[in-house]
Amino acid sequence: MKNLLFAVLALLMMSHVVSAQPLTVQDVLQSQRELIEKSSRRTIGPAIDALVDSGLPQMQTVLELWQAKEIWQRKADGLFFTATKNDDGSYTLRDFEDGAEVGTAPSTDLKQLKPNSGVRAMIATALVQFQLSDPDVTKRRDALDSIARDPGPDLLAPLRAAIPDEADPDILARKTRLERLMTMAYDNDAEARVAAINDMSGDLGVDFRATLNPILSTKLVAAPAGAPPDGNIAAELSPGGDALSYSGAYALLVAEDLVPVQISADARDAALEANIEGGRVGGFPVAQLNTEAARDQAYGVLVDQGLAAPMVTPKDVEASLAAYRFFQVYDEPSAEVTEAAEAALAASEGRVAVGQAVDLGLDALSLMSIYFLAAIGLAVTFGVMGVINMAHGEFIMMGAYTGYVVQLFVPNHTASILIAVPVAFAVTFAAGVALERLVVRWLYHRPLETLLATFGVSIALQQLAKNIFGTQARPLTAPAWLDGAWVINDVVAISYIRIAIFILALLFLALFLFIMKRTRLGLETRAVTQNPRMAASMGINPDRVNMLTFGLGSGIAGIAGVAIGLFAKVTSEMGSDYIVQSFMTVVVGGVGNIWGTLAGAAMIGGFQKGVEWLNPSNTLAAQTYMIIFIIIFIQFRPRGIIALKGRAAGD
Amino acid sequence: MNRSFIARNPSVLIFLSLLAFFTLGVTVLSEGFGVGLVSTSFVKTLGKTLCLCLIAIAMDLIWGYTGILSLGHFAFFGLGGYMIGMWLMYERTRQIVEGALSEGVLPPTPEEVQAAIGNQIFGVVGSSEFPLIWAVADSLVLQLALVILVPGVLALVFGWLAFRSRVTGVYLSILTQAMTLGLSLYLFQNASGLRGNNGLSGLQNLPGVTAPQSVVSLWFFWASALALGLGYLLVAWVVSGKFGSVIRGIRDNEARVRFLGYSVETYKLAVFTLTACISGIAGALYYPQAGIINPAEVAPIASIYLAVWVAIGGRGRLYGAVIGTAFVSLVSSWFTGGQAPDVPLGFYTIRWVDWWLVLLGLSFVLITLYAPRGIGGLFDLVGRIRKETGE
Repeated sequence: MKNLLFAVLALLMMSHVVSAQPLTVQDVLQSQRELIEKSSRRTIGPAIDALVDSGLPQMQTVLELWQAKEIWQRKADGLFFTATKNDDGSYTLRDFEDGAEVGTAPSTDLKQLKPNSGVRAMIATALVQFQLSDPDVTKRRDALDSIARDPGPDLLAPLRAAIPDEADPDILARKTRLERLMTMAYDNDAEARVAAINDMSGDLGVDFRATLNPILSTKLVAAPAGAPPDGNIAAELSPGGDALSYSGAYALLVAEDLVPVQISADARDAALEANIEGGRVGGFPVAQLNTEAARDQAYGVLVDQGLAAPMVTPKDVEASLAAYRFFQVYDEPSAEVTEAAEAALAASEGRVAVGQAVDLGLDALSLMSIYFLAAIGLAVTFGVMGVINMAHGEFIMMGAYTGYVVQLFVPNHTASILIAVPVAFAVTFAAGVALERLVVRWLYHRPLETLLATFGVSIALQQLAKNIFGTQARPLTAPAWLDGAWVINDVVAISYIRIAIFILALLFLALFLFIMKRTRLGLETRAVTQNPRMAASMGINPDRVNMLTFGLGSGIAGIAGVAIGLFAKVTSEMGSDYIVQSFMTVVVGGVGNIWGTLAGAAMIGGFQKGVEWLNPSNTLAAQTYMIIFIIIFIQFRPRGIIALKGRAAGD
Repeated sequence: MNRSFIARNPSVLIFLSLLAFFTLGVTVLSEGFGVGLVSTSFVKTLGKTLCLCLIAIAMDLIWGYTGILSLGHFAFFGLGGYMIGMWLMYERTRQIVEGALSEGVLPPTPEEVQAAIGNQIFGVVGSSEFPLIWAVADSLVLQLALVILVPGVLALVFGWLAFRSRVTGVYLSILTQAMTLGLSLYLFQNASGLRGNNGLSGLQNLPGVTAPQSVVSLWFFWASALALGLGYLLVAWVVSGKFGSVIRGIRDNEARVRFLGYSVETYKLAVFTLTACISGIAGALYYPQAGIINPAEVAPIASIYLAVWVAIGGRGRLYGAVIGTAFVSLVSSWFTGGQAPDVPLGFYTIRWVDWWLVLLGLSFVLITLYAPRGIGGLFDLVGRIRKETGE
């Protein structure tokens, strides 16, 4: 107290000095000398305040030096300096004002100021307001980050002080938002807090919800029936409900020493073991204690003999619980604040749910695009030509590996992807044509055997890829401009890669439609599909058309492989991950119709995401349910969502 | 009846006597009862191969004779394995747990034993509760019944749904494949109650049996041989009568058989269910010899391999299925076991461990293209040559 008086006196004196001659850092420090020398967390406050309030431009540096333990005091006259150590062990002293050398001194003449961690924390808090108004934008941003990471009541005032002079609109917005959040949490005035909460009610930010949650934290309190506890009661709980189990309620009473501890089975068994005498416990032979009932009985005997604590029966538990009421009590004493916070949180959560639904919709859309991409090649070979190509997945894999190989030679990721797409098409087109020429065309009348033969090709290709590229996953890196995500708000975000895949899927759809409806090849393909002999008699070469169509479907699979490789791992087994799904997409959608494939992909992708939403932790379950759903769906529409009618349906 | 059936099918008698001869031979050469020329692990391999031959016969019945390419029979095989595995694992764990608990001061209560078993079995999936599907795991008889019932009922329900809506041809193949994928994904979950991707393990140890593995492996070998013999007899009998004619009719022209007044769906469903039951039995014999079963065994690719074996052996003849399966699975274990000599090409050495699947895949393509009758077709060739030379 005396120190404080002294300090105030000194301050008063100092203000007189100000009018006379310019105030120096040394003057201010000297005026607080005793407090600074004592340097205790409890008393240092006024000294720091005095330093800050002096308004001297060097004060920030001084505080930083003090915090870094770089201030020395000369024992002779008590003056403070910053110092650098010389080679001979002495120190060069420098003035705070302009850094001018004011002499040297041996270390024995100096005393280093060593503020303890409590004091340093207070200095840091005082520094925040300097940093918040620092001319350097990055420093201001860092200061805001550090406050947001670790907010505290004492940071509120400096933050508020730093708002009016802020010029950068971005940082101003952040400061204002942080001020509102900290007002909610730390302001002393309940009305100001309620106003701040109501201001931001319904906000989607994670920080907003993170601020509200501690305000709404509760603890469980037991009170004797008829006497509700003091404090801001959130709710009364009845034992056995969802929020409070019987055992939980009883454990609470035990923790507050209101009722005796329940004897657990382990404790009972331990008591029995401790009281074995000559192979008997309470008159029962040990060998008979092989049921719960027998052990309870023996324990009862021990209790009667006063050798063990009495059991708490379920009836006792019921009676104890009936004698108490259980309340959830807010840690926050002000009812207005908690009410406003509850309302604001409810509003936020409502909007978060909508946001999550939108986010899920976007997720589903991207899953649909992936299924569509994987299946569109099959829509050509299986859907149009009716050839079951089990090696389709391996064509996807070949496309992805082609992308990987191209990246080995072309390091620029944008260029390499642009090159990889046509190269992948060319490679898989060639592979498809080869497969058609060598295998598939001999089996057009034996579809089941096509399935088996192409399966043989599939395992051979898979193993071949494993032999060439090894078993570990190979990277196919997306260009940098596809990194990151389009963040709409804290809840809804979608990565650029998924958007790109969605656009790619749309492009493929357009390409497919164009080829099938607007080109000679498409016309011929449809003719050959409907009636090969008639098509042949019109001058179309069915062999050539089949070959090109099969190559086209395979080539599309290759491009899809590049796209899939961008976000999934490129392994020799990646094809088999997609093959069953792809077939189901085509079958569910309806064979021979690209819109059907689109509908199939939409249904399968949407359904899978929907199930994942109900049970988010379990994607396996989602896939299982999806397959069951497909099996049942096929019952009702065996020919898929969009079934061909008339002669084209064939059989 | 039976006599005339055997008389009409001399191949059955030949097969059964060859099987008996083979079983006897292996027994004599084994470590357990004979001179020890055949190692215990090879006896197990042979026993497993017999089980695979049994499911191949089932596959031949459904595909070669009825024309339904099911890509789901390995799912039934796996289910059979899981059903017997549950009992083996439960019973063995119970014995271990009881042994451990009886060393305590107090004799264990049934509740303690149950809780400890649960902890042992389900600890790996972070649980200790017994799921409902383990309700009868303590009863060998009931689990044995489930070996047949679970695949049978699944096949009945799935087949009824699929055949009723006239899903045929490749669509049915894809649908059965979807079923298999769904089942294996389900089993992969920890919540499935069958230990997720850990599967069931330690199945080679028969609870309460102190005999060494060299003897136990022979018991299973005999059981597999017996099951294969009975299965062969049963399927040969099924396909020899009027039923066999009808299902072959369905294979060759389903619509015509339907117009003749046969309930095609009922026949298909009967065959599908029967073959599923046989597959379940084969699985129940296979996995105690393998020692472990996990969901990867049920993956769709296994069922396709089954089709590959049958196709290589020759569809539509039972001994073809057996020959194909035995040939491919034994050759495959020879190649992948590292016993096959590497082929040095100077610039590159072909290591069969890496290249065997390429060879298998390509030879499969060649067989489909050029020898659709498979290895079994050779017998026709021999028969034809003999007839020609005889005339």
